Amino acid sequence: MTTRRHVLSFALASTITAVLVLPALAQETIKIGELNSYKAQPAFLDPYKKGMDLALEEINAKGGVLGKKLELIVRDDGANPGEAVRVAEELVTREGVPLIAGTFLSHIGLAVTNFAGQKKVFFLAAEPLTDKITWQNGNRYTFRLRATTYMQTAMLMPAAIAAKKKRWALVYPNFEYGQSAAENFKTMLKAAQPDVEFVTEQAPPLGKVDAGAVAQAIDDAKPDAIFNVLFGADLTRFVREGTTRGVFKNRTVLSLLSGEPEYLDPLKEEAPVGWIVTGYPWDKIKTPEHMAFVNAYQKKFNDYPRLGSVVGYATIKSLAAGIEKAKGTDTEKMIAAFRGLKVDSPFGPFEYRASDHQATMGAYVGKIALENGKGTMVDFKYVDGKDVLPGADEVKKLRPASAN
Amino acid sequence: MSVLAIRGLSKAFGGVRAVNDVSFAIGPGEFLAMIGPNGAGKSTCFNMINGQLAPDSGEILLGDRNIAGMAPRAIWRLGVGRTFQVAATFASMTVVENVQMALLSYAGDLYRLWRPAAALHRERALELLAQVGMQDAADRPSRELAYGDVKRVELAIALANEPRLLLMDEPTAGMAPRERNDLIKLVKQLVLERGISVLFTEHSMDVVFSFADRIIVLARGRLIADGNAAAIRDNPQVQEVYFGTGKTFSNEASPGAAP
Amino acid sequence: MTLDALLFQAINGLSSASGLFFIAVGLSLIFGVTRIINLAHGSLYMMGTYIAYSFATKIGGVIGFWGGILATAIIVGCIGALIEILLLRRIYRAPELFQLLATFALVLVFNDMTHWIWGSEDLLGPRAPGLAGSVELLGRRLPSYDLFLALAGPVVLLILHFTLKVTRFGRLIRAATQDREMVGALGVNQAVLFTSVFALGAALAGLGGALQVAREPATLATDLIALGDAFVVVVVGGMGSITGAYLAAVIIAEVKALCIGIGVVNFGGIAVNFSKFTLVAEFLVMAIVLIVRPYGLLGKPQGAVRSVAEPEEPIRAATPMLKLLAAVVLGLLLFLPVLAQSSPYLMILGIDVLIAVIFATSLHFIMGPGGMHSFGHAAYFGLGAYGAALLVKWLAAPMGIALAAAPLVALAGALLFGWFAVRLSGVYLAMLTLAFAQIVWAAVFQWEGFTGGSNGVIGVWPKPPFDQGWAFFLLTLALATIAVLLLRRFLFAPFGYAMRAGRDSPLRAEAIGIDVKRIHWLAFAIAGCICGVAGGLFAFAKGSISPESIHVGRSIDGLVMVLLGGIQTLTGPIVGASVFALLQDTIMRQTEYWRALLGAVILVLVLAFPSGIVGAFSNLWRRLRGPS
Repeated sequence: MTTRRHVLSFALASTITAVLVLPALAQETIKIGELNSYKAQPAFLDPYKKGMDLALEEINAKGGVLGKKLELIVRDDGANPGEAVRVAEELVTREGVPLIAGTFLSHIGLAVTNFAGQKKVFFLAAEPLTDKITWQNGNRYTFRLRATTYMQTAMLMPAAIAAKKKRWALVYPNFEYGQSAAENFKTMLKAAQPDVEFVTEQAPPLGKVDAGAVAQAIDDAKPDAIFNVLFGADLTRFVREGTTRGVFKNRTVLSLLSGEPEYLDPLKEEAPVGWIVTGYPWDKIKTPEHMAFVNAYQKKFNDYPRLGSVVGYATIKSLAAGIEKAKGTDTEKMIAAFRGLKVDSPFGPFEYRASDHQATMGAYVGKIALENGKGTMVDFKYVDGKDVLPGADEVKKLRPASAN
Repeated sequence: MSVLAIRGLSKAFGGVRAVNDVSFAIGPGEFLAMIGPNGAGKSTCFNMINGQLAPDSGEILLGDRNIAGMAPRAIWRLGVGRTFQVAATFASMTVVENVQMALLSYAGDLYRLWRPAAALHRERALELLAQVGMQDAADRPSRELAYGDVKRVELAIALANEPRLLLMDEPTAGMAPRERNDLIKLVKQLVLERGISVLFTEHSMDVVFSFADRIIVLARGRLIADGNAAAIRDNPQVQEVYFGTGKTFSNEASPGAAP
Repeated sequence: MTLDALLFQAINGLSSASGLFFIAVGLSLIFGVTRIINLAHGSLYMMGTYIAYSFATKIGGVIGFWGGILATAIIVGCIGALIEILLLRRIYRAPELFQLLATFALVLVFNDMTHWIWGSEDLLGPRAPGLAGSVELLGRRLPSYDLFLALAGPVVLLILHFTLKVTRFGRLIRAATQDREMVGALGVNQAVLFTSVFALGAALAGLGGALQVAREPATLATDLIALGDAFVVVVVGGMGSITGAYLAAVIIAEVKALCIGIGVVNFGGIAVNFSKFTLVAEFLVMAIVLIVRPYGLLGKPQGAVRSVAEPEEPIRAATPMLKLLAAVVLGLLLFLPVLAQSSPYLMILGIDVLIAVIFATSLHFIMGPGGMHSFGHAAYFGLGAYGAALLVKWLAAPMGIALAAAPLVALAGALLFGWFAVRLSGVYLAMLTLAFAQIVWAAVFQWEGFTGGSNGVIGVWPKPPFDQGWAFFLLTLALATIAVLLLRRFLFAPFGYAMRAGRDSPLRAEAIGIDVKRIHWLAFAIAGCICGVAGGLFAFAKGSISPESIHVGRSIDGLVMVLLGGIQTLTGPIVGASVFALLQDTIMRQTEYWRALLGAVILVLVLAFPSGIVGAFSNLWRRLRGPS
């Protein structure tokens, strides 16, 4: 009886000590607040989280930044913009983080961008692709890592023009990302090839594509080529139905993101051979910086990296570099530091442009092929982001004046 | 002039004529029983008068106004009170609140959003409860009442709109014989005081023959007899309907009327 | 498009229809017999796909695939039986709808469990052995498996129909669907009947999920999508009618296929993309059917179910004790901004809790005393939020005007939708409100030019001094207090009594001159109006509003709050909303598997307090004081 009481009081005492002492220790760290739709988009974000953890471990093993260790505070944003804003406020006000990063879906990224502008909080948007984050709705406080829909579409454009096809069909998920990708594609292709004709546009709701009917409707429109923006489970359904129905036969297909392992690997031996895609052929990139990343990643997690891993990794590396350059986490100093900040990533060096706060980290463009019963990319090349972004003057017109 | 006059009332369900060309009238202060074997059309007839069913043809004249096809609540507003075969209350309210509810409705207070209802018409409700002998239970939750007491509360509710006519569907169903007589005596006393006419259906022939001023008999949807107790007792057609089907005029509870 | 193309899309539609039918038929059977709205039905379906995937890949071949599908149905059926025996059976005597709370918790738990077992990557099963190719039809290629599915639906329908017709079990199911009490009176062991029906329903969901393994990847998002589809089909077809479920599945699948088939059409220069309207179309079908045929295409009016739970206590004016407690709570809340100087997050959390309180209290107003179980309360939240946000966006309206407009916009919506909704009752009313809410959501989502589409409206921030957390908190506190007191006042007024009379017994209420529909309609409008205040505050608190925030999840959160607090008490929604909002905040922060943890906490609460938290305490209080 007495022993148990002793155990209890000891446990209680140590808990109290821990509660009292831990925050004191924690002050020695630099906190980074991160929010993302972990439960809603696990296929991308589980590897993303691992990528962040890897970067964190590497940085802290070398003594951290400015002599302090980095501490990551991760939250789920419930895949809901309203919830994301609450979580962002929680990170800033309760956890006292000096800056925030993350988000996946475009509209959530936009809501947090707006929050950052209103509350004057430094925000690094990691993955959301919509152009609006850095252009139309851009602000002083927001930077973005990932190559935008505009950039990725532009990367595919040479292949689209070279295909010399007149009748195009478009299929995209009906939300910000899909709509802006389709818009970009139409504008760019029309400019390059005025006689192009868009014979059908299928815009199924995100996550709910009725693949058989959509594939059939595209086939019935008799296009020469198809531009696809579907991803995730929608893409998987669409590919299986479309292949069985012969929709992709003798047709050029251009597809955003489909070469990313997150979306390509579930298709296994049914990967749509011949599609021209943006993506990430992780096992074929032999640059030293990428090899080092892959080796470290595989060692730590006993799994291969996905694109999410690269994005998560580069997010933390960017923040570390920014804090280092700003010599602290003061918001204004961070903004100044990030403008023109050079970062080393598994994809090689890139830069956060001072003109529109957009990173120039590029993507790989290539063709899907089958190897060993698995989809992979062949004939691929790395397209640097700076080569597909408009110049500083042009961008200035797109951004609100207050954002500069 | 009669309080209620029924003329040529008919209603069919599918091919079955539940009520077929029925006509009768109730005079002021009259205590009129409607009897008949099961399936004779009593309930259908009743539900047409109280508005729950619209007749196929015929008139239901309340005074000189035809109320056939009107909604139950509109008929109630014209001064027709009503009790149900299976008595129940508004279960989430106290006894007195049940009566207040009817009084609030009668006074046109239903859409008031501000004044607390508890105090409105409470005196009058307690008065009505006293008249049915339920004043002591006023603030008890009505769901706790014994069945006989629920019947009394229902009677108080039915009197709230100061009706000219009271429709009672098997008022003593599900009650013990002693209770039955007490309740009917109470009803009779209350309606006599107020000069209310009553139309009721009843299975207990004891009750019918001891209390009704007049009796009408339905069989297979038709009215087959209309008269005082003695006349009905001696009517050969009535005897045939009842005795012929093995029924007697002795006390018998309707099988479906148990609570 | 050509006639051939149209015909071919119709055949496509039939295979989708079979899929919908499999999702829905089990839900319909379970509801018909047990009257439980099983929110975990989509989760069972999802697990079916995952389990079948494991069979098809781990064992493989014909046996692994086809045998695996049958094995999956049996396994999921057993899971269903376990749910009924271990969980639901314990809470049958709780107030109506309470079981919904338990199944909601299961949705959360099952999703994380599936994530834990199978991981996060989408899992695409192999093609069906023997049916991997396609058949030539109308010059087009139809996947053989789609053809198989199109036939499998009607076959299962016939088998079920036959089983229900001739077997004793089937007759019992049909009898129970029509009159649950009667079956009990016939001396049938109700527990065994309920367990077997639950198992059957679950097995059908598992079968449906398993059959999709050759068409669709197993993903963690399937549970809610399938649940949404199942609701629509069941309601359109008629609760408890399996033939109705198939008919509804065909109609909905065909309307969608038609929308997709039509594609982009030019109307005098304006291009309209019909493929974007699949969601709206689905809910429009549902709303139209419910308005024209309130009990669904082949449904029958449900016999009144006498609640097995204790009826609620008469409402009493606040005791001095309660008044004191309310004053203390209000005092503490007024003091909160002082505390918040050291931890500013208190203000943000406080605002969220208060908004939830307004939302839940307004829902409770019609759900509890009104007996109208709205499954679409998010609509009025959304109308309020969008009303305010769009005024700011388009007319640059000041915050005061935008906030004042929020309840008015919501009121207008509630008057319109309520007029139709109050004509129904019970679960049909619930489903019609859900359909209206989804129409609002879909309209907001689709009408990009006006509402901002998927991005919603951003930049709706409060102006000084309300940009300070404490100021906005006090504003929210004031509005929440007014809203709660106002609704309470209405409940104690004659109007509130009339509303309860209409709930307790519509027949008797009509017999004493109460126009029940009209009273309930106005109550619906009042609740919607107050809910609009919550929406307006939300838009300014978050600086934005987007379709997600007004999606069905918010309606369900509202139900959870009301049921958690205790539907039969007036303070229940306040406590329920606070507990739920705080739980969500704490748990989402603490753990990676927050869904499972939140689900587990709700399960514990459900089992510990089967009449809600406040309900449990007031029962305890009464017992302690003894009968008075």
